Amino acid sequence: MKIDLNLLNEVTAFIWAEADMLDHYEHEEWLKLWNETGVYIIPIDPALTDYENNLNYAYDNHHMRQLRVNRLDNGEAISTSPKANTVRSVSRVRIVKDDGDEIILRCAQNLREFRKQNLKHYTADVTFHLIRDTEQGFKINRKIINLVNSTDTLAGISYIL
Amino acid sequence: MNSIIPLQNIDIDYNELVQSDRAHTSLYKDEKIFDDEMEKIYYNSWVWVAHASEIPEGGSYKTMNIGKQPVVVVRDRKKKVHVLLNRCRHRAATVCEHKKGKTNSFVCPYHGWSYALDGSLRGVPSPESYGECLDKSELPLVSLRVEEYNGMIFASFNHDVEPLEDFLGAAKKWIDLFMKQGAGYPVKVLGEHRFTFPGNWKIQLENTTDAYHFPLVHKSFLSSVDEKTEELFNFDNQPGYVEDLGNGHSVMVMIPELVDLEEELMERPIQERFEDLAQALRDEGHEELQVRRIVRAVGGSGFNLNLFPNIACSMAFFRVMQPISVDKTEIHHSVITMDGGPQIANQYRLRLHEHFQGPFGFGTPDDAEAWERVQKGADAGNDLWIMLNRGLPGEVKTEDGLKSDVSAETGMRAAYQQWKKLMTA
Repeated sequence: MKIDLNLLNEVTAFIWAEADMLDHYEHEEWLKLWNETGVYIIPIDPALTDYENNLNYAYDNHHMRQLRVNRLDNGEAISTSPKANTVRSVSRVRIVKDDGDEIILRCAQNLREFRKQNLKHYTADVTFHLIRDTEQGFKINRKIINLVNSTDTLAGISYIL
Repeated sequence: MNSIIPLQNIDIDYNELVQSDRAHTSLYKDEKIFDDEMEKIYYNSWVWVAHASEIPEGGSYKTMNIGKQPVVVVRDRKKKVHVLLNRCRHRAATVCEHKKGKTNSFVCPYHGWSYALDGSLRGVPSPESYGECLDKSELPLVSLRVEEYNGMIFASFNHDVEPLEDFLGAAKKWIDLFMKQGAGYPVKVLGEHRFTFPGNWKIQLENTTDAYHFPLVHKSFLSSVDEKTEELFNFDNQPGYVEDLGNGHSVMVMIPELVDLEEELMERPIQERFEDLAQALRDEGHEELQVRRIVRAVGGSGFNLNLFPNIACSMAFFRVMQPISVDKTEIHHSVITMDGGPQIANQYRLRLHEHFQGPFGFGTPDDAEAWERVQKGADAGNDLWIMLNRGLPGEVKTEDGLKSDVSAETGMRAAYQQWKKLMTA
């Protein structure tokens, strides 16, 4: 196995920045990381990969991402008041495909959420589809968040995973 | 001392705890009451277990709980539905741990006892040790009474319970109206959002018939839809109503023009948010009437039908309730699609469901926040009451029961009266 350490460093730096933006509620900056046609997906059943034709927790195109950010930021939703504090660690990054145009990578995400009296823990296997971008290095074409407990019951999540 | 506050080892007077316009706070908090509810409601009345589309073929099954007891809902090869206790008759291990699937039999993993799809005990490994002391016909998986109405499958532990159609009564015609959202295709459940909230199940039971909370709790959802849709969801501006349908069932009509989805299809304009869908369907070659029928169905019905105790046909989905403990409840929101219908129309339905429902939706997390606060607030003031008197002055008699304005608490009063009837029986 030959690993392109330069590319690994580049994509890791990019997704670390993405994680940091989400933990610090820099949503407008986060929106700019996306390719206009990109889709943000949180599946329910990891076996059902035809996401468009199955039910997901989230299947956000550009329009829905913007609406989601508005909802989280405008203070109208009672589940965002008080806001959840989150800290996420992203690690175990592996590039699974690089065909020149698109880079697909998998990583592990461990997120801790604290809101009111409750500390919660969400672990996910995250897949990014990135395309190269002359200005910011990469843009996100697809982000798929497979929570390890996605088929179990979850509680309300009013922030971006 | 207030004598109606329940105390351990003293019989609780349920007549006192539910009055015509209020319910006592202990109904959310008392574990003894919760245990009694399991016995007198969930193990006695009809409880919804599945939509027929969830177990389409011989051997299809799903597992779930009725009250606190695990069951398997399974269709046998002759297409008959059985609801079986998920417990081996030998030493009690569950015989199935999958949420859903297809099988030829249920085999206990502990000692290998195997059961047919109708629950009968087929075989036990190494039977010789039993000699003559094991009669297999005496040890089938325990079978509940099962009946079905228009695809809605219900079960009861009580084999002497009244016929399902009598229990549903006036609610039947609303179930029929709700199923029109198949637009001529069979209605199919295609997955569900499952989530829990730290609160009593009746808090959620109330919510499905509560239009009063919508503009406030779902402000952020309303801000995320176009102006016309926001107007449509402004229930106060329409002649909606809540009607008590008897036996604890009720209907809340929020959008009267969407009660019958097939009414005036050609006469009324297509909602702006569905123009693209309508054009895509025309491009696929559907006739204009069918285009309009599908588009109307995609938006869902304009009412919530609340069936006591655990199921609601709610606009465009099924809301299934699963009590876990006195202060914990699991909710499923099942998405409804058109089986064999246009893919693009079903995609619209899936995306609409994801927009509002589930732990990551724009609606559910705010509902859950409100319900959690109810449970928490109910820790204060042990002798206080949950007030259910909204809409009482305007309540009038109807053919099916009682009716008041759209934000009246008529549906909650109906549910609590049924609760009282069962708890005092």
